[in-house]
Amino acid sequence: MSEEMVTVNMTVNGENVTKTIPVRTHLVDFVRTELGFTGSHLGCEHGVCGACSVRVDGDVVRGCLMLAAQAEGSEVVTIEGISDSGEISDLQDKFVERNALQCGFCTPGMLMTAAELLAQKTEMSREDIREFMSGNYCRCTGYHAIVDAIESVNNSRLKG
Amino acid sequence: MKAPKFSYTRATSVEHALELLDTHGDGGRILAGGQSLMPTLNMRLSQPDMLIDINGLDDLKGISLDGDTVCIGALTRHVEVMNSDIVAEHLPLIAEAMPYVAHVAIRNRGTIGGSVALADPAAEMPACILALGATLVVQGSAGKREIPVEEFFHGLFETARADNELLVEIRIPSQKGDKVSVFLELARRHGDFAIAGIAAYGSVSGDTVTDMRLVYFASEDKPTIGANASAALNGKNWSDETKEAVNTALESDLEPMANLHGSAAMKMHLQKVLTGRAMDTAVVRASGAGGAA
Amino acid sequence: MGFIHPYERPNSYIGRTLPRSRAMRAVAGRGRYTDDITLPRTLHAAFVRSPYAHAKILNIETAAAKAADGVKLVMTGAELAEMCTGPWVGTLTVFDKMKAEPQYPMAVDRACWHGEAVVMVVAETRAQAEDAGELVTIDYEELPVVIRKEKAILPDSPVIHPNLGDNIAWEKTLGTGDVDKAFAEADHVLEETFEFGRHTAVSLEPRIVLADYDPGTEHLTIHTSSQCPHMIETVFARTLGVPEHKVRIIAPDVGGSFGLKIHTFGDEVAATAAAIKLARPVKFVADRLESFVSDIHARENRVHAKIGVMNDGTLVAAEIDDLSGVGAYSQFPRTSVFEANQILHITFGPYKHKNYRAKATVAYLNAVPTSQYRAVGHPIGITVAEHMMDWAADVTGLDPFDIRRKNVMEDDSYPQIIGSGLPMKDLSHQACLEKLFGLMNYEELRAEQAEFRKKGIYRGIGLASFIKGTAPSPVGFYGAGGARIAAQDATTVKLEPAGGVIVALGVTDQGQGVDTVMEQIAAAAIGCSMDMVRAISGDTDATPYGGGTYASRATAIGGEATYQAALDLRREILHMAGILLQTDAEELDIVDGNVVDFGSTEARIPLSEIGRIGHFQLGELPNDYQPILSHTRRYRLQDSPYIYTNGIHGAYVEVDVDTGWIKHLKHWVVEDCGRIINPQLADEQIRGGCVQGLGGALYEHCIYDDAGQLQNGTMADYVTPMAYEMPDIEVGHVETPTSESELGAKGAGESGTGAAPGVMMNAVNDAIKGLTSGRVTEQPIAPEVVLKALGKI
Repeated sequence: MSEEMVTVNMTVNGENVTKTIPVRTHLVDFVRTELGFTGSHLGCEHGVCGACSVRVDGDVVRGCLMLAAQAEGSEVVTIEGISDSGEISDLQDKFVERNALQCGFCTPGMLMTAAELLAQKTEMSREDIREFMSGNYCRCTGYHAIVDAIESVNNSRLKG
Repeated sequence: MKAPKFSYTRATSVEHALELLDTHGDGGRILAGGQSLMPTLNMRLSQPDMLIDINGLDDLKGISLDGDTVCIGALTRHVEVMNSDIVAEHLPLIAEAMPYVAHVAIRNRGTIGGSVALADPAAEMPACILALGATLVVQGSAGKREIPVEEFFHGLFETARADNELLVEIRIPSQKGDKVSVFLELARRHGDFAIAGIAAYGSVSGDTVTDMRLVYFASEDKPTIGANASAALNGKNWSDETKEAVNTALESDLEPMANLHGSAAMKMHLQKVLTGRAMDTAVVRASGAGGAA
Repeated sequence: MGFIHPYERPNSYIGRTLPRSRAMRAVAGRGRYTDDITLPRTLHAAFVRSPYAHAKILNIETAAAKAADGVKLVMTGAELAEMCTGPWVGTLTVFDKMKAEPQYPMAVDRACWHGEAVVMVVAETRAQAEDAGELVTIDYEELPVVIRKEKAILPDSPVIHPNLGDNIAWEKTLGTGDVDKAFAEADHVLEETFEFGRHTAVSLEPRIVLADYDPGTEHLTIHTSSQCPHMIETVFARTLGVPEHKVRIIAPDVGGSFGLKIHTFGDEVAATAAAIKLARPVKFVADRLESFVSDIHARENRVHAKIGVMNDGTLVAAEIDDLSGVGAYSQFPRTSVFEANQILHITFGPYKHKNYRAKATVAYLNAVPTSQYRAVGHPIGITVAEHMMDWAADVTGLDPFDIRRKNVMEDDSYPQIIGSGLPMKDLSHQACLEKLFGLMNYEELRAEQAEFRKKGIYRGIGLASFIKGTAPSPVGFYGAGGARIAAQDATTVKLEPAGGVIVALGVTDQGQGVDTVMEQIAAAAIGCSMDMVRAISGDTDATPYGGGTYASRATAIGGEATYQAALDLRREILHMAGILLQTDAEELDIVDGNVVDFGSTEARIPLSEIGRIGHFQLGELPNDYQPILSHTRRYRLQDSPYIYTNGIHGAYVEVDVDTGWIKHLKHWVVEDCGRIINPQLADEQIRGGCVQGLGGALYEHCIYDDAGQLQNGTMADYVTPMAYEMPDIEVGHVETPTSESELGAKGAGESGTGAAPGVMMNAVNDAIKGLTSGRVTEQPIAPEVVLKALGKI
């Protein structure tokens, strides 16, 4: 079987991109290798670790469990885009202040997931935060500091 | 690992998808939410010739009420089911089960139809729709047919859907106000596939249990009605004595599969524990103390 | 004028929480990991791995693969062996009579574990390399599989490596006192056998190399996710016959390591060989599936333990017999017997008993080679000892705190030698115990536990005291043992022309905050602001040769080297300022980046002026003074084999006695890592380490079937701890600076991992106490293990 190519067109981090790629390319390989957005990481490529979490049409998804071709016409936002927009600058600052990351490999996925949680703008317990974040693996921190950072930002935002 | 080579087509209509399925035979695979298919591709466990992407088929999306039936399009994503007011009101069993389904990023993409059609024995949705007596609507090039859920699940990843058919809709009778439902599962970690689980739906009036359907999943090769257990339960008061009878009956209903997460003996034990807990909860809920869920 | 120790100055950077600059870029997705680097014309390697645990390779057919799209090279293990200077032999001379089979980077004529690399394919893309790998045909003849350690050591077992005679890699016994007499005289003798499931590191960023060879200069550059760039340089150079000084290793951001990335792996050597052969950059990323069958595993142990206790709770004797199941080879260059050796030495280490006997037997298996993973051996030894101590408390009617109070070494009793023969000093078991007692609110917690029990809710409280070996010396194993692994480390501290300070480190940073800690030490020692200091690590062309980061040594060893080098630079700055200011250097000090009169804060000359003059205006200095402005110091332990640390964990859990599920409610740690440089970073090392230990205690297990097939080599099946199940962790410290160094820092990186499994097992057993005569003695403590202990299945 020969390599089937497909031309995809989508918006990534606010910019329109058109590329011709092998159809088997998943979304994270696409943004990493074709577009140079290396902030999204590959930790397992089978949808468990969450390091590849990106936002597609407003929702956080596993980038390794979606073909780039499936994002045709979609709006894709990676950690680079969400950083540039300033949407989670408070959360990023708190992650640094609280040292809610060590090696940093899980961090973009953690932040993309936490962004969705914080967008709910509701009161939440530490247990609620742990539950929501439970699809993102971190080997370094033990999670405590991550929960602290998210909790603190949520409290600040609710106080507004 | 990277996915093997395959061809890819975005289906533009159900008919188009069916045509592609007919053309490619065994080599065609439907790509819905992809949350189970994509891992198998990325591990090269699956090497289809043609991926038929049905994500553009808007007709297959959405949740609506048709009289006493909740109709859920097969392509409806878990997150929509989880957030649906219709589901919350009419299908509290499913509403109760949804938070157990994987994690947010998976729920944002995975579909109820994909989960049901895949028939993973540890998945929540197949058990729920079996407890509620749903009807599955599948469509082939010859047209649609309806399959009662009791006839749908055949075994490990096997269903009554033919390879050239598409699951298009799940029709679930609204839960009746005088009945209660309970969903419980045990997984090693939150969001993991279950090791043992139960979906129960029926009536508890006064102390008497009637019409209770106990559905077990994760321990068996498919979601399984505990027929003997249900029989030992219905018409009885929920008591220690009944519990013992139900547990004994359950041993003839289930043939737990051992796997990495537990032996058959452990799974049988857990299903008994869950049965007891589910019924304890059902009684509380029926008395109104435990809320509607 | 006197010298004020930098850590004693007001507002010193030593002892202060400061953010990490690496964290700031990581949160923006601007981390730079090896896979984020692509060189022009980069090719990608993939491996065909053995599907069998043990098989002879009869024939390899590669023609179809070579003809496949994008393929540039197909190389067998035999072909690779020809490019190597020789096989690796994973022994150290300090491990007396240890046996190891020579090992080439890929299987040559025999595959010895499920997942061993057999053929490498290099292609334009990773996908193409994998496509071509499917076209390689290998004929195997299956050989008998040795996969259970208990059977491997029997005389009738098949032998994996016939040249070794049997499957026993190493045996060792040690001890002191008269153990038999003490057992005979003890009021109670308790015996138990413990099982520990093999697990693996699962760093989120997998292993990776990007190798680039320049045939013109014959320079080899390897970007790799490594903790020990210099060691990698040495091993790769010597294995591939490239002069060591022509090899440069760059370890950019490293996405987790935990000991995994102190090792050398054959597939990485193979990819590097391909880069040399093709004269093109070659990248190899271990995908998650191959990580499970090629990353080192660890901790497959069965330990029999026996203790003698008097009625008053005094521990009078202890004995352990460990059986370790390692892999098919001894992992080069550190060996696979280190874990067993650690277990022998540290078990019952907190206690002052003087009768101790320990034996280890290490068996080769047709499984992934094991080696050193965070807290090497400690989780096993600590779990065993602490379980036995809790059991002894139960038998003698003592509270678990009280039996530890009675038996731990007194804080004023050092130096002393423990039962295994190790020298101990500067420890604080008693202080840690009392601090934990307060932190846990222990008496109220016990009362709460009793209240819950009345309601049929089974909660348990666990304790686990520990010692932890950190910062090994060059006399113990490395260097002396024959391995070219540096136990010394070095730092160069340089004053730049504009007054900035570069701190070039032999130790490395995988997210612990090593760079920041070293910047803090250097800034404090020199007397300048953190803004003026920049650490460089992870590049062998830019840093002095050192061992890197392993065994909780970065701050303890590298920190002292940095401290001394920075003090040297400070002395020179003062000397030069003295000349320029015509003032006795003794009368000067450096504060906030300015040379000042001692006791004053008024700037007399800023470091930027010193830098400018020292680099450009040398004519202002006397002819007989040539400024150096770049100071390198090395540091190694001298008298002790390790810097030992100590501490104690507490855990509060709830066990669902019907299902066996465990809910971890709260975890506490009080430990003593000596002088703390950055309190937040120290705390987070402890927290992260705890959860890693809890993973092994509760979930993680590399499960092999009888045919030697790894059954759960995916992240869906190999269960790691995630946020929901893990508790909040409260951390406290007692600071007893080590007398080994001036800085006084000990290691902190493994103290969470070492004792977490033991405290978890104790808490679970406390929860089910009285319900059953059974006790949980197996890890991971899966629900089934609990249910069996409860007699429910």
